[in-house]
Amino acid sequence: MNLSIESVPYMLKNRGIAFKLIVLITLSSAFVFLIIFSYNYYASRRMIEKNVGENARNLALSTVNRIEIVLRSVQAVTGNIACFLENSTSKKEELLKFLQITVENNPEIYGSTIAFEPYAFDKKLPAFAPYFYKENGKIRLKNLQDVFNYNYFILDWYQIPKELNRSIWSEPYFDEGAGNIMMATYSVPFYKNIKGDRQFMGIVTADVSLEWLREMLLSIKILKTGYAFLISKNGTIISHYNKELIMNETIFSVAENRGDALLREIGRKMLRGESGFIPFRSIVRGRPCWMYYAPIPSSGWSVAVIFPKDELTEDVVHLTRTVIFLGITGILLLSIAVVLNTRSITKQLREMSQAAERIGTGNLDIELPPVRSGDEVGKLTAAFHYMKTSLKEYIAKLTETTAAKERIESELKIASEIQMGILPKKFPPFPDRTEFDIFATIKPAKEVGGDFYDFFFIDQNHLCFVIADVSGKGIPAALFMAVTRTLIKAKATPNLSSGELLTKVNEELCIGNDSNMFVTIFCGILNTKTGEILYTNAGHNPPLIIQDGGKVKWLEVESNIFIGAMEQVNYKTDRIVLHTGDALFMYTDGVTEAMNESEEQFTSERLEKEIIALQEKPVQEIVAGIMKQIISFAHSAPQSDDITMMGIEFKGSDY
Amino acid sequence: MHLKIRIKNKFRLRILFLFLIIFNFIISTCRSEELNKITFIPHWVPQAQFAGYYVAYEKGIYKKYGIDLTILKGGPDSSSVEFLEKGKADFANMWLSTAIQKRSQGLKLVNIGQIIQRSALMLVAKKTKGIHKPEDINGKKVGLWGAEFQIQPKAFFKKYNLKVKVIPQSFSVNLFLRDGVDVASAMWYNEYHSILNSGINPEELTTFFFYDYGLNFPEDGIYTLEKNFKKEPSLSCAFVKASIEGWLYAFAHPDEAMDIILKYMSLAKIPANRMHQKWMLERMKDLISPQDSKTPIGILLKTDFLRVAKELKENGFIKDIPEFESFYRECSVHAEK
Repeated sequence: MNLSIESVPYMLKNRGIAFKLIVLITLSSAFVFLIIFSYNYYASRRMIEKNVGENARNLALSTVNRIEIVLRSVQAVTGNIACFLENSTSKKEELLKFLQITVENNPEIYGSTIAFEPYAFDKKLPAFAPYFYKENGKIRLKNLQDVFNYNYFILDWYQIPKELNRSIWSEPYFDEGAGNIMMATYSVPFYKNIKGDRQFMGIVTADVSLEWLREMLLSIKILKTGYAFLISKNGTIISHYNKELIMNETIFSVAENRGDALLREIGRKMLRGESGFIPFRSIVRGRPCWMYYAPIPSSGWSVAVIFPKDELTEDVVHLTRTVIFLGITGILLLSIAVVLNTRSITKQLREMSQAAERIGTGNLDIELPPVRSGDEVGKLTAAFHYMKTSLKEYIAKLTETTAAKERIESELKIASEIQMGILPKKFPPFPDRTEFDIFATIKPAKEVGGDFYDFFFIDQNHLCFVIADVSGKGIPAALFMAVTRTLIKAKATPNLSSGELLTKVNEELCIGNDSNMFVTIFCGILNTKTGEILYTNAGHNPPLIIQDGGKVKWLEVESNIFIGAMEQVNYKTDRIVLHTGDALFMYTDGVTEAMNESEEQFTSERLEKEIIALQEKPVQEIVAGIMKQIISFAHSAPQSDDITMMGIEFKGSDY
Repeated sequence: MHLKIRIKNKFRLRILFLFLIIFNFIISTCRSEELNKITFIPHWVPQAQFAGYYVAYEKGIYKKYGIDLTILKGGPDSSSVEFLEKGKADFANMWLSTAIQKRSQGLKLVNIGQIIQRSALMLVAKKTKGIHKPEDINGKKVGLWGAEFQIQPKAFFKKYNLKVKVIPQSFSVNLFLRDGVDVASAMWYNEYHSILNSGINPEELTTFFFYDYGLNFPEDGIYTLEKNFKKEPSLSCAFVKASIEGWLYAFAHPDEAMDIILKYMSLAKIPANRMHQKWMLERMKDLISPQDSKTPIGILLKTDFLRVAKELKENGFIKDIPEFESFYRECSVHAEK
């Protein structure tokens, strides 16, 4: 159960919008239709049943009244005879005449008798019962004492009113003498006061044909096959359209035959003189019907009118069928409309989703569906169009920018390569010179930077060496560096101190340096014979001196302003003499300011410590060792500045 | 209880039926080609009370036994005793009590088959009249039929020392239904069902079956004059056997029996009600089937005979009790002769 409940939305979830809409709209409209239809059907039926109840009641009661009028008139006539008998002392002839006239004058009465108790009329007569009746329009006389062999006293029409001391209608019966017509007899007991004692004298009867009653009931046609029927006080069927039942069946034998306890109970209610409106299954065919039953008070019989249910609701059923047909057609049309409408919507959505997929793969030249409407889908389509155009423009721009950037980058790369190419990279650079050992390395940052180093002989015995760092980065720095390096090389002439050299370079660089670039330089000139170094530090990091014997110290430097910032500056020259085995270690701020992931700097202290650890090594290994330490220190942190180091060791002159 | 009896009966009936078929075969091979023309009168109008005879007639069972039967129309105007006495009928149906009286009065009739074993006569009263046990009938108006219908009730009143006001009862139950009497006579298979089918429920009624009060008077039996019997006992017995076979057939095929009965009722212009006749046939089966499953149908037990005769004598209906052996001729004895 759970599965199916959960699987319905799950099933729906992955279906298309059209399917969802059809299911939803069809189901909900069918549901609404069903509710309206059911209510309508129920209400119509109730209305009809209510009306039927009224109609049935009216019909039954009017029928009862019509029967009652006749029965009561017969009762009155019979009662009159009894009254006459109780109050007169007539002779036989007068009595017969009176009876004859009564029969003659009352067309509804077929025959009438005055039946006396034994010896009540005449002390010599054990029975006397003259009976006047109609035959072929004539009044005839018959003596019932002869017919019944002087024993009419045990017949129902005589005995029952006698025993009950009251007037009573007999059970209907077929009278063979009168041509096998159905009759009923009304019997009235009469009495005489003899010595103050009210004594039973006999019975007066009036026979009434019930043919008129049966015809009246048979003429009642309700709808197509509805009818009325009549049962006697014993439940015997007196009138029914099916002649087989008449006088042969009682409502109880029908119930017994059908095994219908309910029908038996209905019959008992009818005989009790109750009335009511009830569902009923017809006697012959057992069709479902409505029945109203009402008693005929004077005789204790009961009239029932039958309304076949299917005929009652025939119109409603017809209407219902039409409504169902219309409803189903409506829902079908609705579904078709939904299908068509959602198709046109989902078609655009589908097209757009396909387009979006293709845009996703980078194809921006595809045709988008045209904007067909102003609704949400239309707006979405318009948005798609805008998006496509914007994307296209953006990508065009991006392509352009990227191309420019790539071009610049490639140019920069070339510049960087040229820059690096101009630095001496061959070590040892002067294999024939044993007085000193020099080693330098540069590890450029990603961008083209401004660090450089250089060394060259000014004359036979003087080696000029430079390490510098140009302010800023990129092409300007590279160009400025190239200019500076060229200038240093050009201006370096014999017998020039390092201070004079940098003063000259500064003058040249300051000319036209509108961009206010500058460069920090450490420049030294080594006398390869004596080990004397003349050096000038223009705003650069001071080098470390590694003395043979294990002493490492920072080189004392006269501070000078960096090159290119200010004109007419006289750069001072310092002097130091290297002994054999002493070395000078120079670097740029890329070394001390190298950072690790937690943005800590390498620091000059760490540099000094590491140099001490490496002091015994030749310069090449010192430089390489420091580089190794920096790399392991920075770990994965990106390199932000060029790292440049240069070491020079004086080995002493051979001559 | 009823069910048990019926099952037993069914089994017994089957054996009997088989026996009869074999018997028929013997008879039909031996009998002469010429059929004996005889007449029979039931003691009342056609109804399921006599289903066996009409069914045997319709199904050709009498012819099979060499009998060309005419069933005369019984009823209030045609007394079966009178018909037998005057030679208008060769065979007649009547009550055991009636026959004993007639024999005692000198009419030489003999019982050749006691069909009904159990008395169906009963008294019925409405519980609303405060009648629940025999004593409650004291002082009430009781409807009684005439003559032999009064023997059992009167013995019953005597037994319980009841003083009642007897009202002569006609053949309808309307007097009872309209409360003209407090207690009415009824035959179980007839009036009792009519009362039920007039809308009174069984639980609203108190019933007194004389059978239950030691007053079992077996009712319908087949009679013929002694001289007729002596002349041709095999014919009489063939008639009885064919009739019993008719009964068995009717019990085995109730719907067919119903159709036959209703046809005769219609011919006699008697109001017919299928359910009523169905009830009657079912009750006849109860009444005809002997209590002892070994006893075949149609036997008159001497105890039953003596009980009825004794009550008749005590109530002054007869002076002397006829000799049982001359009154009853058991066909199983005579048929072989």
